[in-house]
Amino acid sequence: MNEILQENKLTAFINNLSPTSLNFSNELLQSATISLLTNDFPTTRKEAWKYTRVGRIAAIKAAPKSAISSSPTPFTIDSNALTFVFENGEFIPSLSSAIIPKGISIKSLSFCDAEELSQIGKLAKVDGEIFTAMNVAYANDGLFIKIADHIILEQSIQITHILRGKNNVSNFRNYIHAGKFSKAHIIQGYFSQNATHCFSNVVTEIVTGENAFLTIDKIQYEEMGNFHVATEEVQQDKNSTFTINTLTLDGTLVRNNLTIGVTGVNCTTNLNGVYLLKENQHVDNHTIVDHCAPNCESHELYKGVIDDSATAVFNGKVFVRKDSQKINAFQSNANVLLSDSATMNSKPELEIYADDVKCSHGSTTGQLDDEAIFYLRARGISEKSARHLMVSAFIGDVLGKIENEKVLEFTHSILKDRFGWEF
Amino acid sequence: MIKIKNLHATIDGKEILKGLNLEVKAGEVHAIMGPNGAGKSTLASVLAGREEYEVTEGTVEFDGKNLLELDTEDRAREGLFLAFQYPIEIPGVSNVNFLRTALNEIREYKGEEQISAKDFMALVREKSALVELDAKLASRAVNEGFSGGEKKRNEIFQMAMLEPKLAILDETDSGLDIDALRIVAKGVNTLKSSENATIVITHYQRLLDYIIPDFVHVLYDGKIVKTGTKDLALELEERGYDWIKAEVEAK
Amino acid sequence: MGYTENELAKDLENQEYKFGFVTDIESDKAPIGLDESIIRFISNKKEEPEWLLEYRLKAFEIWKSMTEPSWAQVKYVQPDFQAITYYSAPKQSKKYESWDDVDPEMKATMAKLGISMEEQKRLTGVAVDFVMDSVSVATSFKSKLKELGIIFCSFSEAVQEFPELVRKHMGTVVPMTDNFYAALNAAVFTDGSFCYIPKGVRCPMELSTYFRINEGGTGQFERTLVVADEGSYVSYLEGCTAPQRDENQLHAAVVELIALEDAEIKYSTVQNWYPGDKEGKGGIYNFVTKRGICERNAKISWTQVETGSAVTWKYPSCILKGDNSIGEFYSVAVTNNFQQADTGTKMIHLGKNTKSTIISKGISAGKSQNSYRGLVQIHKGAENARNFSQCDSLLMGDTCGAHTFPYIECKNSSAKIEHEATTSKIGEDQIFYCLQRGISEEKAISLIVNGYCKEVLNQLPMEFAVEAQKLLAISLEGSVG
Repeated sequence: MNEILQENKLTAFINNLSPTSLNFSNELLQSATISLLTNDFPTTRKEAWKYTRVGRIAAIKAAPKSAISSSPTPFTIDSNALTFVFENGEFIPSLSSAIIPKGISIKSLSFCDAEELSQIGKLAKVDGEIFTAMNVAYANDGLFIKIADHIILEQSIQITHILRGKNNVSNFRNYIHAGKFSKAHIIQGYFSQNATHCFSNVVTEIVTGENAFLTIDKIQYEEMGNFHVATEEVQQDKNSTFTINTLTLDGTLVRNNLTIGVTGVNCTTNLNGVYLLKENQHVDNHTIVDHCAPNCESHELYKGVIDDSATAVFNGKVFVRKDSQKINAFQSNANVLLSDSATMNSKPELEIYADDVKCSHGSTTGQLDDEAIFYLRARGISEKSARHLMVSAFIGDVLGKIENEKVLEFTHSILKDRFGWEF
Repeated sequence: MIKIKNLHATIDGKEILKGLNLEVKAGEVHAIMGPNGAGKSTLASVLAGREEYEVTEGTVEFDGKNLLELDTEDRAREGLFLAFQYPIEIPGVSNVNFLRTALNEIREYKGEEQISAKDFMALVREKSALVELDAKLASRAVNEGFSGGEKKRNEIFQMAMLEPKLAILDETDSGLDIDALRIVAKGVNTLKSSENATIVITHYQRLLDYIIPDFVHVLYDGKIVKTGTKDLALELEERGYDWIKAEVEAK
Repeated sequence: MGYTENELAKDLENQEYKFGFVTDIESDKAPIGLDESIIRFISNKKEEPEWLLEYRLKAFEIWKSMTEPSWAQVKYVQPDFQAITYYSAPKQSKKYESWDDVDPEMKATMAKLGISMEEQKRLTGVAVDFVMDSVSVATSFKSKLKELGIIFCSFSEAVQEFPELVRKHMGTVVPMTDNFYAALNAAVFTDGSFCYIPKGVRCPMELSTYFRINEGGTGQFERTLVVADEGSYVSYLEGCTAPQRDENQLHAAVVELIALEDAEIKYSTVQNWYPGDKEGKGGIYNFVTKRGICERNAKISWTQVETGSAVTWKYPSCILKGDNSIGEFYSVAVTNNFQQADTGTKMIHLGKNTKSTIISKGISAGKSQNSYRGLVQIHKGAENARNFSQCDSLLMGDTCGAHTFPYIECKNSSAKIEHEATTSKIGEDQIFYCLQRGISEEKAISLIVNGYCKEVLNQLPMEFAVEAQKLLAISLEGSVG
């Protein structure tokens, strides 16, 4: 057993938080508490945090829980979707869909019974993971989604989370279960409005059942001055297809921990990511695809454009466990640095214990091709437009993986507003 | 040379060859034609000894030996050569090194002396000229970065080097322009003798304008359903395969 | 079917280590264990100047405060540093005036290693330094090199005869504080090779060192320092073997390369330390720190063929300090049975227009684990830096592992970095194609593996390339096409 530490930054941090009012099992709450008492915030000496410092998160003096404004959110990606809105981690029924179609169960965690809550914590481990532990012990609320077997959902489900105020910490927790032969599309949007020094600590557990087809589009668009740590733990049962597109478009510090455990045979996994950084943003994408069963394929494509003094980190790991034969796993990370002060740290990793596999990864970092820009200018295109064109071409193939029109439209509108890029 | 009797073969439990009979004698050229999926390439693979295919019934006698009992490399050493439809690239291994290894292993099998470096290079020069293959390609890695036409010519070049008794050309004409086709055919024709035989597997009649077959067989649904002369190939070109299918189904 | 991959795997298991003999030479040993007195003992034995003793003692203090690194993808029982003999010299360790003075037993050892010096002298013109149990035994060809002003001698000799050169450069590339094993080496190193190429001189022959661990219970801690002065060129080769023993023996070497302006150093290693038996018993722990620094327009090229050792932990690196400097790393690492290798390189780009190339080919068989770990770091001032990395892994059998851990850190927008890696098993189509041309499966695998390693083998000097191919063949099945 780890030693219980005396006062440290983490204990000081959690002292300002209010313990969760959700009825998690005692066992889960206990292990979360132990994890928090025996650890501190990770330092860069820890391999998984080698390139990301969380000091600015640790420095937040969390404000006491205050009443939420419940005012309408200015951000709607898909107005036809089943929408569920949360402010600083708390559910706002007045802004959320009231009528739920047959075959699915969607409710905020505060409305879940003990049986439903017992699903929480099965995939996302709290041991040694302080952000996940904090998310349990100090959970505000979150969404519980269960799609019954054979349900094909035409409407998208939209989770909108908005940060408001100062020094607010949101421990936001979601659970998504796609039943056998079901099909669903889920949008997660993380936004902020007049927020500063706020911290979203999100944990989402996702089970993709046999033959299920689940797609998640995640947009991170919290203003500068706010921090975001997201942990997604995915389990894929046999013959399932899971796709997640992660678009990180703003935020002072964003860390994504995406872990996909492919436990069933014949699965397909797609992970795509775009991260566009400027000013002094820091965005860190950690992904793990863990092939524990044979005959599967995974495709990973992450692309970043880094401007000003921003820093991006990509750490993608592909595991192929012993006896997981016939795996095709492809991983690609490409980056463009637009400024001399920009930094990219890329660490694509393969760890392979089976022989009948085809695995590859590639990583490139460079700048926009001067020759190509010159060529465009020689055809009468301004340098600015030429650069926009090149950037758009660069991230175009990742954006092309997004099938949902609404998400794509919304993304383009942000690209225009924040970066002045018109496509 | 080769006698195939009632050959049945399956892959992944699916039967592709369903009782195929064929006899080829020394000095003959046989063409095997047929629609896609008839089993043409399966036949080539089974004869060469690809492990994915399982022979469930039938016999193949090659030069008096039971071919099906031999390992792939021993079939090659006995004189069976397959010109691959899709020649394999082997990075880092030069054509020359590859062929010298092959030639010497075949010689060793036959109890013959190893070829000297000088004789070998002379042979390379002579045979590469035959298929108008740039001598530079001989020192490049096996098929790596070769164009489609170069790969096919390289197959014929290897055939010339190894001097097989029976050559099976599996869709060697696919993807070739008329020039390359002429060169490939010239190579095959030059190598033809009363001692060896050739089986040409093809989809189109055009290769047969250059390599004149003694017999043309139609392979359909795992069996040879019709045999004729060069005229049959022309008829197939003109009328397609539907009438063959109709004939077979009428039976 | 004839020779299957499984059979090959079995053959690999049964492949005996060919250099597993022990030479019966009396040796002069330090007592077992490590403390200050042992370090004084070594320094005294070697009649070292005071500054070097102080250097050693300082390193020892630093080492005591350090912990063994644990980040590598290898598992092993930590060596007991108090159970090692830190000094073991063949008894007649007085300096040899000429080749004829060398102990016949020792000559026999070298002959068994396939490096008969007479033959080497006659046929290849390779100058050889032979280090057995950490002590340099003989350096041939000295006089010929002397004419050109080239210094090539044992490290101890260099300390005596060229103290100012050694003192100036030693520890400048790999400081004693660098890591646990570098610190240990700095404290207890017993010998090694020293090489200096004067300005503008192109060394006309390959310089070569053979390292051998002979005595049981000893560790080998040699140090190599190569200084290529402005505009000079040298190609340096190093080979390693050790007898077959049930215990794990420690080899913790330090190699420092200094390429001054416009100089070029080519450093090639064929490492064949005893890998342990097929149950994973015994074998060498090969924990080595190798690093070079390039001044303006200089070039350092590391080539390694790693087939031996039970555990390898080794990252030959380049600090590209000067503008337009070039670093290269070409590696073939073969692991079999229970071997574990965690190897790769670091390319640190500091200067403008610096270029680096990394080609790594890993082959894992048996129950072995083979990892590539590399760092490409582009610093802020490294305008137009370029890196290309290609790391391929080949798996033979389903009980081994192949891993790739590249770290890419870029702080300059004009840099261009490309990294590619693939992992796959040996191509069945390729084997079938060879079989169809009459080539046996065993030979087909050998051909394909050699082709796969070609880019790296091509970097080796001719004499070494042949030896490396032989070693690959021994490790992989006994015949090479």
